[in-house]
Amino acid sequence: MQQPNKLSPFFENLNFERDDNTMVINFGPQHPSAHGQLRLVLELDGEQVVKAYPDIGYLHRGIEKMAENMTYNEFLPTTDRLDYIASTSNNYAYALAVEKLLGIEAPRRAQVIRTMLLELNRIISHLFFVATHALDVGAMSVFLYAFREREFAMDLMEDYCGARLTHSSVRIGGVPLDIPSDWMVNMRKFCDTVDYELEHTYNALLQENRIWKMRLEDVGVLTPEDAMSWGCSGPMLRGSGIAYDIRKEEPYELYSELDFDIPVAETNDSYGRYRLYMAEMKQSTRMIRQLIGMYDETEPQLMAHAPQYISAPKEEIMTQNYALMQHFVLVTQGMRPPKGEVYVPTESPKGELGFYIKSEGEPYAYRLKCRAPSFFHTGLLQEILVGTYIADVVTIIGSTNIVFGEVDR
Amino acid sequence: MRKYTPKDNVQGKAYYTDRFHVVPSVPTFDVATDEVFAKQLATLEAKVTIKSAKIMLGQMIVEINHEDNFKAIETLKSECDYAILSEMSAVDYLAKDGNFEVFYQLHNLKDVKRMRLVMRIEQGLAVESVVPLYKSANFAEREMFDMFGIVSNNHPFMKRILMPDDWEGNPLLKTYPLHGDEFASWYEVDKIFGKDAREAIGPEIRDQAQIDRYDTKRFSRVGYEVPFGADISEGETETPIEYSKTFLVDYQKADGSKPAEHRK
Amino acid sequence: MAQHQVNYASTGGLPVALTTVDHLVNWGRSNSLWPLTYGLACCAIEMMASGASRYDFDRMGTIFRASPRQSDVMILAGTLSKKHSEFARRLYDQMTEPKWVISMGSCANTGGMFNTYATVQGVDRIIPVDIYLPGCAPRPETLQYALMMLQKKIRRESANMKNNKKQDLRLI
Repeated sequence: MQQPNKLSPFFENLNFERDDNTMVINFGPQHPSAHGQLRLVLELDGEQVVKAYPDIGYLHRGIEKMAENMTYNEFLPTTDRLDYIASTSNNYAYALAVEKLLGIEAPRRAQVIRTMLLELNRIISHLFFVATHALDVGAMSVFLYAFREREFAMDLMEDYCGARLTHSSVRIGGVPLDIPSDWMVNMRKFCDTVDYELEHTYNALLQENRIWKMRLEDVGVLTPEDAMSWGCSGPMLRGSGIAYDIRKEEPYELYSELDFDIPVAETNDSYGRYRLYMAEMKQSTRMIRQLIGMYDETEPQLMAHAPQYISAPKEEIMTQNYALMQHFVLVTQGMRPPKGEVYVPTESPKGELGFYIKSEGEPYAYRLKCRAPSFFHTGLLQEILVGTYIADVVTIIGSTNIVFGEVDR
Repeated sequence: MRKYTPKDNVQGKAYYTDRFHVVPSVPTFDVATDEVFAKQLATLEAKVTIKSAKIMLGQMIVEINHEDNFKAIETLKSECDYAILSEMSAVDYLAKDGNFEVFYQLHNLKDVKRMRLVMRIEQGLAVESVVPLYKSANFAEREMFDMFGIVSNNHPFMKRILMPDDWEGNPLLKTYPLHGDEFASWYEVDKIFGKDAREAIGPEIRDQAQIDRYDTKRFSRVGYEVPFGADISEGETETPIEYSKTFLVDYQKADGSKPAEHRK
Repeated sequence: MAQHQVNYASTGGLPVALTTVDHLVNWGRSNSLWPLTYGLACCAIEMMASGASRYDFDRMGTIFRASPRQSDVMILAGTLSKKHSEFARRLYDQMTEPKWVISMGSCANTGGMFNTYATVQGVDRIIPVDIYLPGCAPRPETLQYALMMLQKKIRRESANMKNNKKQDLRLI
């Protein structure tokens, strides 16, 4: 008997004395195209997958437990590490949930900045999706091109909040910083670049590429019924022909004032989803352009005025005694939202990201549940992979666009 | 005497609460104020007993008996168009009320409505699995089992999902400390090297303010690394970190001279 | 022609370079460090970015390999959870000697902000680490600097790995 704890190779999944002809292979948890720490146990008949069993939890860090031991403001930087490709969307989803609980609303300038950052993060995330998806399927050059544009977006994020990856650029009640000078000019340039590159690089490289189409078309077909039953959201739901976008149907922030379309793919396959991601990036640049125009009309207030919950601006803290006292209490004890529970869905680049917060009136959340889209998309793998060939497995994993910070939390 | 700390809830608590602090509540509304919800509630009421129902922050919250969960969700799915189960999990109220609260977050795409089905369940009881209705419950119920130990009956594969299979304890219970218990702190050492290695590797460093006396020296010599375990003291004897003591300054000099005038 | 005539006696004239075996071997080792793509969490994205177009890790002779058997340095990028720790050790054991480890990011160094039940509080509890790289997440430049530091370290080592006191766990 092998001792599994003595570092000797321990093939727990292999059973060589099977009567049937299937083989069990282990994919991950450290696989270059597993999108993080996904472990898939695949039962194969020849090259065909008979049974797939996704094993997750290799990146479980106890974020929900941390939320119960941290004040509301303390927890905000932790949300960066959920979907670490588009951090601002997590910050925002959390901040919005707490704001709903408190019953406050961010001032208009903060809303413009937030919406702009959310769309910028969507572009970052979608570019990353195209890069890794193409890399998994075998197109290395797309990866290099997509990361080139992604770095421009990272520069913009860095100019705004100072961080490349873990932004924390949204606070409960508003945003911490105003937009630096020249940022809008660079943003406009970036939008032009993305639009141009989408047309001339990615579409030129992939859209009608014969190999790309052969690898993606009719692979990972997800019917609308299955998509709803598995709790899919975002591009996975719209990729199955259901035109549901939370930004349009349950608008939050400034999305009700913006003019944009919801791209939908009717083919239900990976290629349709890929086209959807490309179309969404185009809509994002369209929205950002509208938001640049809206910015100038706003008042320069950045944080909501709610002295009970939100600290006053720094200038007031430094000059007014009462503001300083409030700030001291809020920092040392934390804000105490009213007793109640809230679930707020937002449309993150991956799908429906929502925070369920149960508050008992304490400065610590009694329970915080993060509804992560990738978690449910990972569950889908156990059904969608069955019957496909092993070469398509990475295509389907890439197409679901799962991020393991979010899956395991 | 040692200060009493409750063992049934070891999570973060406010260290100071004002004596006169009154906890406000989020406003709730009657279900009759929203006609779509009112209609759905009437449909549901015909099938199962409803303990309470309200609208909070735009979403309906309905509390039912835990035996009725499958029937209620079946009704909501087939008759009220709740096509998606967005989320389901539990909240630990063992310390407070002696039970768990299990919630199902449902989503109606057609009318763009969201509701939460809530039920209380005692520890040790199982809930009926809703996997036949919503496949998304497959992972969610496993996560609930992993985190709270609430079993779902008739689940196709009731097994731990986030924590390893040989893990002990349910991490999201209020009795489970954030830093983990004894089992958790030695888990990786036991698993990889065996229990014998515990002594050599040492306990986990959970104190974030811990300083190794010679750490700064080692880091300042990057590029001039020395082998591990080599003597880096350069003849200096090991001294523990000492903190300065607070003492009162005696301005009255020993010779009886007065302090300088400007000090007064 | 006169300029074709080489004065072998003068400095640099002889087409022969004299060096020690240590220098030669370490020259080769340090300039073609092939890291294992061991992306665990957020830092993996920065590791990918450092391998991508702007930062271009390849110019340092660093080519990411997907197999532990082809790689020399393991860049542990991200939070190591207790569930994963066993695999990290197994992959480390599968790497061929000589091997080095860079612990990238606060989570890998000490557990970082995730001071919880599920994370390993520092990967040096599992595997011996050569370079600790602080930051959350470290920028790609920082990773490149860490690799240059590792190169420096390797150049100071003996070519015979037995002569190097490995910064290993005491029990192995």
